[in-house]
Amino acid sequence: MAKITMREAISQALMEEMDRDPGVFIMGEEVGVWGGTYAVTKGFYDKYGPDRIKDTPIAENAIIGAAIGAAMVGQRPVAELMTINFAFSAMDYVVNQAPKLHYMFGGQFTVPMVIRAVGGGGRQLGATHSQTPDAVFAHFPGLKVVSPGTPEDAKGLLKSAIRSNDPILFIEHATMYQVRGDVPDGEYLIPIGKSKVQREGKDVTIITYCKGLELSMKAAEELSKEGIEAEIVDLRTLRPLDMEPVLESFKKTNRAIVVEEGWKSYGVGSEITSRIYEEAFDYVDAPILRVAQKEVPLPYNRTLEQAALPQVPDIIAAAKEVLQ
Amino acid sequence: MKKEQLLDLYHQMVLIRRVEERGAELYQAGKIGGFMHLYIGQEAVSTGLIAAREPRDRVITAYRDHGVALNCGLTADEVMAELLGKATGMSHGKGGSMHMASTEKNFWGGHAIVGGHLPVAAGLALGDQYAKNDNITICMFGDGATNIGYFHEALNLAKTWGLRVLWVCENNQYGMGTSVERASAVSDIRQKAEGYAMKNGEVNGMNVLDVYEAAKDAIDYVRKESQPYFLEVDTYRYRGHSMGDPERYRKAEEVKKWQESDPIGIFNKYLLEEKIATRTGLDEIEARVEDEVNKAVAFAETSPEPAMEELFTDIYVD
Repeated sequence: MAKITMREAISQALMEEMDRDPGVFIMGEEVGVWGGTYAVTKGFYDKYGPDRIKDTPIAENAIIGAAIGAAMVGQRPVAELMTINFAFSAMDYVVNQAPKLHYMFGGQFTVPMVIRAVGGGGRQLGATHSQTPDAVFAHFPGLKVVSPGTPEDAKGLLKSAIRSNDPILFIEHATMYQVRGDVPDGEYLIPIGKSKVQREGKDVTIITYCKGLELSMKAAEELSKEGIEAEIVDLRTLRPLDMEPVLESFKKTNRAIVVEEGWKSYGVGSEITSRIYEEAFDYVDAPILRVAQKEVPLPYNRTLEQAALPQVPDIIAAAKEVLQ
Repeated sequence: MKKEQLLDLYHQMVLIRRVEERGAELYQAGKIGGFMHLYIGQEAVSTGLIAAREPRDRVITAYRDHGVALNCGLTADEVMAELLGKATGMSHGKGGSMHMASTEKNFWGGHAIVGGHLPVAAGLALGDQYAKNDNITICMFGDGATNIGYFHEALNLAKTWGLRVLWVCENNQYGMGTSVERASAVSDIRQKAEGYAMKNGEVNGMNVLDVYEAAKDAIDYVRKESQPYFLEVDTYRYRGHSMGDPERYRKAEEVKKWQESDPIGIFNKYLLEEKIATRTGLDEIEARVEDEVNKAVAFAETSPEPAMEELFTDIYVD
């Protein structure tokens, strides 16, 4: 076991897969000479050269559209969107083309492409650069949406994503690149589409992922001091969604909250809550609560921004409420 | 070009027209659903273009794709079956009129979002560039697609990265019902390629041999120079944009005028005048097409619907 940062984990995954498979290449804005705007691909350009580390124009349709085309003819592009907010510029490709091509042409086309995108608020970037629109993308069948919350998962899931034959949106959080965690030595993969219990507990289930995991782990520590043991289920993949660990945990605790950074309306929490009500209604001891972002475009001002984002005390309060 | 090849081109053009005429009848009869865009009047474009490619060269187009599918080597049976949404269609009835393709025939679709396949075409060429082969990608699109952002991002990328794409703008004078003059800042569309320092040319799309020659030269350039090329093809569709187009935007006289230079008529005349074929010989080809199309309709009509399980297949590979 080695303790590394999220940035290092993602970087290692990319490098290992590039070394393993010559079909893997990276394309995106400032991924090469600059070294990646979040420094994830620092040093890659010197190691792999311009053929495999492609600096693109600032043109998201060209980036994702061309990645799809290259994937269709057998390459394995990893296309980077500097922020997930720029995915909206390429929305047609992300949700309307990549996820449809295999199905619509009767299985003839495959799109083994990974789109890495940086999402999340908390960096005072203003409303258009701070969103957590994960649920929007998870709405579309044909796309897989992965969003890890630990370095271990980030590395193992990204490696699986690159090897997958389906189009995958891999969402990283802008404030988590320095998060440190243990990563197994040597090669390992983590399967896409598997939720995981990240903390065991008997009193209340917290279902979350990505940034929500970091916050929920802190909340769980606080709750533990008061004798409340929260079980945390990390979704890791939003589509396809693995409800088994969620339902198993809920059937044990009978109480749950869902924590996400995106907006509450039509969000991940709405989906998980509905599924629990549909599939485990007999086990419900209290209404399931959702902790999410306030229903506003994120403001620039730090105090206002933090007030809009879900925080540890919100999670603690919600957990206590469902326990009442 | 040899006599057999010339007659094959004639066969392809007549086949496209008859498949579509029958398709239109089946559409009116309610047997084909959705949108259906006919290629009638434009047959010389893709016929000449695709005749000029090597089998390893890729073809990708927009939603006016039945003719392109046939030129790429898909059978009338497969095209008709897909139009009827049958399991025997090349996309198993899941794609329909606008989504025909065959990886085996190096035909990469059939794409229904205007301009959306242009960056994908750049990507096909990127894949080939990455694989270090010298395949080229022929990307066809209408005049309407040159006004949308995808077009400009794709041309810019292709030129900047030296991608081997032959961009073929089929200028059929209208983007749906809006004429080029009403929608585009420049009516000489290939001027747009100049903005990307891209070599370009223009050809009469009603003459299949002119298209063939222009395409040959363009393909040679793209392959040898590893640079994209922009070919503007002047053509005209005799039918509406899609089935059910009221055609308020053009006069019957205009259509009639273009019909005087019917690509099939022109080629028919050429083959007779140059004594490449006899009247009987061409009649025989037309009769053969009639037979093929009859068989294709029968094949499509008697083919099974996709099984209900197909609803959930091919969503993901893994």
